[in-house]
Amino acid sequence: MRDFSYLRASSAGEARQAALQAGSTLLAGGTTLLDLAKCGVMEPETVIDITHLSGLGGITLDAGGATIGALAKMGAVADHAGIRAAFPAVSESLSLAASAQLRNMATIGGNLLQRTRCSYFREPDVFPACHKRNPGSGCSALGGVTRNHAVLGTSDACIATYPGDLAVALAAFDAVVDLGGRTVSVDDFFLTPGNTPERETALQRGEMITAITIPASAAAKNSTYLKVRDRQSYEFAAASAAVGLEFEADGKTVRDIRVVLGGVATKPWRARNVEQALVGKVLSAETVEAASRLAMEGAVSHGANHYKIELAPRVVARAILKVGGLV
Amino acid sequence: MTIMEPRKHGDASDGTVGGRQTRFEGNLKVTGGATYALEYPLEDLAYAILVQSTIPAGRVISVDAEKALAAPGVLMVLTPDDDMGLLVASDWGGNRPDNQPYYPLPRQVQYNGQSIAAVVAESREQAVEAARLICITYEKAPHVASFNDTAAGEGKVMDNLTAGWGDAEAALAAAPVQIEGEYSTPREYHVAMEPHGLTVKWDGDQITVWEPSQWSHGMARSYSEWFGIPYENVRLISPFIGGGFGSKGAALAHGAVAAFASRKLGRPVKLALTRPQNFTNYGGRAATRQRIKIGATEDGILQAIVHRGASETSTYADWPEQTGAATPILYRIENFSSQHRVVPVNAVTPGALRGPGKNPSAFGIESAMEELAYKLGMDPLELRLKNYADHDYQSGKPWSTRRLREALTEGAEAFGWSRRSHEPRSMRDGKTLIGWGIGCGTFPVLQAPSEAMIRILRNGRVEVVSGAIDMGQGTYTILAQTVAEVFGIPADQVEVHLGDSRLPGSAIAGGSMLAGSILGAVHKAATAARDELIGLALNDEKSPLRDTGANTLTFSGGRVAAPRDQGPSLTLSELMAALGRDEIEILRNTLPEGATAQEQHQAWTSMVKVQGPTMGEYSMHSWCAHFAEVRVDEDFGTVRVSRIVSAFDCGRLYNPRLVESQWRGGIIMGIGQALLEEGLVDQRNGRTVNSNMGDYLVPTNADVPHIEVISVGIPDYGASALGGKGVGEVGIVGVAPAIANAVFHATGKRVRDLPITLEKLI
Repeated sequence: MRDFSYLRASSAGEARQAALQAGSTLLAGGTTLLDLAKCGVMEPETVIDITHLSGLGGITLDAGGATIGALAKMGAVADHAGIRAAFPAVSESLSLAASAQLRNMATIGGNLLQRTRCSYFREPDVFPACHKRNPGSGCSALGGVTRNHAVLGTSDACIATYPGDLAVALAAFDAVVDLGGRTVSVDDFFLTPGNTPERETALQRGEMITAITIPASAAAKNSTYLKVRDRQSYEFAAASAAVGLEFEADGKTVRDIRVVLGGVATKPWRARNVEQALVGKVLSAETVEAASRLAMEGAVSHGANHYKIELAPRVVARAILKVGGLV
Repeated sequence: MTIMEPRKHGDASDGTVGGRQTRFEGNLKVTGGATYALEYPLEDLAYAILVQSTIPAGRVISVDAEKALAAPGVLMVLTPDDDMGLLVASDWGGNRPDNQPYYPLPRQVQYNGQSIAAVVAESREQAVEAARLICITYEKAPHVASFNDTAAGEGKVMDNLTAGWGDAEAALAAAPVQIEGEYSTPREYHVAMEPHGLTVKWDGDQITVWEPSQWSHGMARSYSEWFGIPYENVRLISPFIGGGFGSKGAALAHGAVAAFASRKLGRPVKLALTRPQNFTNYGGRAATRQRIKIGATEDGILQAIVHRGASETSTYADWPEQTGAATPILYRIENFSSQHRVVPVNAVTPGALRGPGKNPSAFGIESAMEELAYKLGMDPLELRLKNYADHDYQSGKPWSTRRLREALTEGAEAFGWSRRSHEPRSMRDGKTLIGWGIGCGTFPVLQAPSEAMIRILRNGRVEVVSGAIDMGQGTYTILAQTVAEVFGIPADQVEVHLGDSRLPGSAIAGGSMLAGSILGAVHKAATAARDELIGLALNDEKSPLRDTGANTLTFSGGRVAAPRDQGPSLTLSELMAALGRDEIEILRNTLPEGATAQEQHQAWTSMVKVQGPTMGEYSMHSWCAHFAEVRVDEDFGTVRVSRIVSAFDCGRLYNPRLVESQWRGGIIMGIGQALLEEGLVDQRNGRTVNSNMGDYLVPTNADVPHIEVISVGIPDYGASALGGKGVGEVGIVGVAPAIANAVFHATGKRVRDLPITLEKLI
């Protein structure tokens, strides 16, 4: 690990100011930064410690929704009774993520910014070609071991999967990322790679996530996060789905539905086509299965990740049927 | 030398062999009091880090270390240009080429991730950063990434692993029922919690090595031979190991590099492999494949087994992972043919990983047996019992003990096998398919000579001293129990000293041979020490027991007395005080009488004196039968093991609590092997791309169900002095096929290539 200078920011303003410097990085829980610094992927010259800043770790709830401070720990949000009641999918996405030790360290803001687990991104000495790390250098993943790579939102430049769980749930409920001076919807916050895989989010230099706001909704209250993987715990999703559902008064016709996929795309993948196919329909196993298949529109596999195209719609369908009370 | 503070706790700490004493060192480990090899706080330590090749094959043309040498804190860079003046050490068989130079950082690149250079600096961070500044220029050569590579070829037949009797091909052709399948297992790794590494220090031409070791004497020999110094000048210290699983039985190149750097710098050096380096600096289990054909009668009597297997090896050494190891001995079989090949690929030479050979072999034959059972429409339990081997058909010898029938029947009873519904996909719970499967396992009894010292101290305590290793399996504890039983004292009156090559010689903690071997020596030495004490007590004029007229003494309840209450009884300390003795020290070994010093050295530092399972008049093995229940999501293909019952014949259990722990540990590794573990190799450059614990998956607690283990063994005094057979490895053998068979029963899909990941079932 390269030597770096360490700055303990005395305020959010000072942290933002320092973060304007090229080569500087904010440090919160450190679970991504330290990991990638050890891999030689992140080589900050200055680390700006914001862990102690006050007023950024709160969780507040009212009838309109929830506001979660960027420094709130994953574990604290997962266990928060109010979050669990109003946004079960959010709570579940956190409980099913990482390990208890990591959830006790990692923050919500940092969680959104976690980097991909693409093996080729993580080993620069052996695989120098990576557009995400070094724009213009190529993509080592194409033609390599691709079991965990994305099938949606990919480009010729990058097929790395967005690995997180929380952002998948947040995207379902139109959550908004508060950057201090401006706000961006979670859906817009994450970028597909296109020709610029090094740009992963809308975050600009000198900006800092201060909070996440999630508007309350009936769909959010009746929601779930379903994560499918080979290992029961402590593994990234082979495919996941955050789903929220609100019925009409008849208790069977869909008024509002939210469907977002994780583990299969280069960003949290809102499947609006699935949602549109089901709004106004009476929920049944058949309608759900047919609609869920739409989630894979435009999917492209790269060898070993082909199974995701088959798996993901099944995960979506199960999650919808679950919140619909049909399984 | 680490002195274990004795402790008495647990529910049956009576200190006798067979008691359920909890681990002597357990408290130290859970409180952080146990010092591991990389934790010794030496003054003036320098830190070494390895630099690895990023190509799979070729030659190092040059190493540009200029920038690294100029980096802060850097003390030294070692490259293939440095002749360290080392000589090749003996192999495990004690064979050693004459004066052959040894290059732990070779110029020839044989695999991706091979150590090419090393950087030593004032801090580990400085060494790591400087290592990234080293620029290596290669001349690349074509490579073979795996044995599935078309360029790999068929490999070479291992003649010593070719077996056959009867006329297998003819009997197969004539058999009315036949099945055939190809079974494969991927590269698997040890993934011990504690990484490999060492702390090393020279004093003149004396070297002290703190290194996790499954064999302190054998590894000390390597250091002495590399550096051309007398064996006595090496001291290898290893009181605790954070997991070995077969990987820590030999000194490795990184040890030579660190020791050389330490000598050259005149400073102690610490070298720890990074987690990714733990995937390439030594070999895991080789990838295997095997084709099995079985012929049977319509009522399920086996007629022939034809087995053809292969495993990957490196381009510079032949290490066979014997796919035919369990195949010939599990069942009664009159016509048998087996052959195994090794296929050289550009990978580090594979190594021993829990249950080598037997493990992938059992995956093949035990999967094939269930395929046959379903083809016959027969209960797989019935098929196994019907073909029970009354003797070893390979060696022709009778079993010493073989309670596999009891393992199958008692395991089935405990599991509730009789409630099974035969048809695949016939048991479900909503969207969850449920399946049951059986897998049998075996592991040979190996025996090696060992040595132990007993000291009876004036304070009444008894010390047992051995260079044997405790890597968590319970050596400290069972040695104390054995000595306590001989002297009739509580186990907390015994002190155990282990894990130091300066101490008496011992079998390796490998091949499941340590407990049976070392306890023979400990028991012999303890008995001799007790006899010595009896002689003194009956004859010494200062002894209060001299005039009892007894011709022997009893040792019970912490007291020494004449039989039938003739006279006084004394504690050991009272007796020692009366005799005016400070200590009685006895050294014994289990070599034949009159073994020379040279033979003793050879016995402790090589494998030449190890006895195989059929070298005597019997065929001796541990046995087990696993019963697994899986739950498979029919949409997602995810497999969860929900229940395991395993019944074992490992002879007498010296400490059932510790044995059960080893069995469970093996079963848990088997769950990982069945469902999760696989080294993923990029075919373009031979690199293992999931060489970390985030991507190479082993079971978490959530993946481990309730595991019920049952002992059906009886003492086997042919297998060892105290009647036990090996327990460490047999537990993993047969788990993967039990799970694969359960997955078939649940889903109707036969997965013949491990691991059984979800995409194979959707």
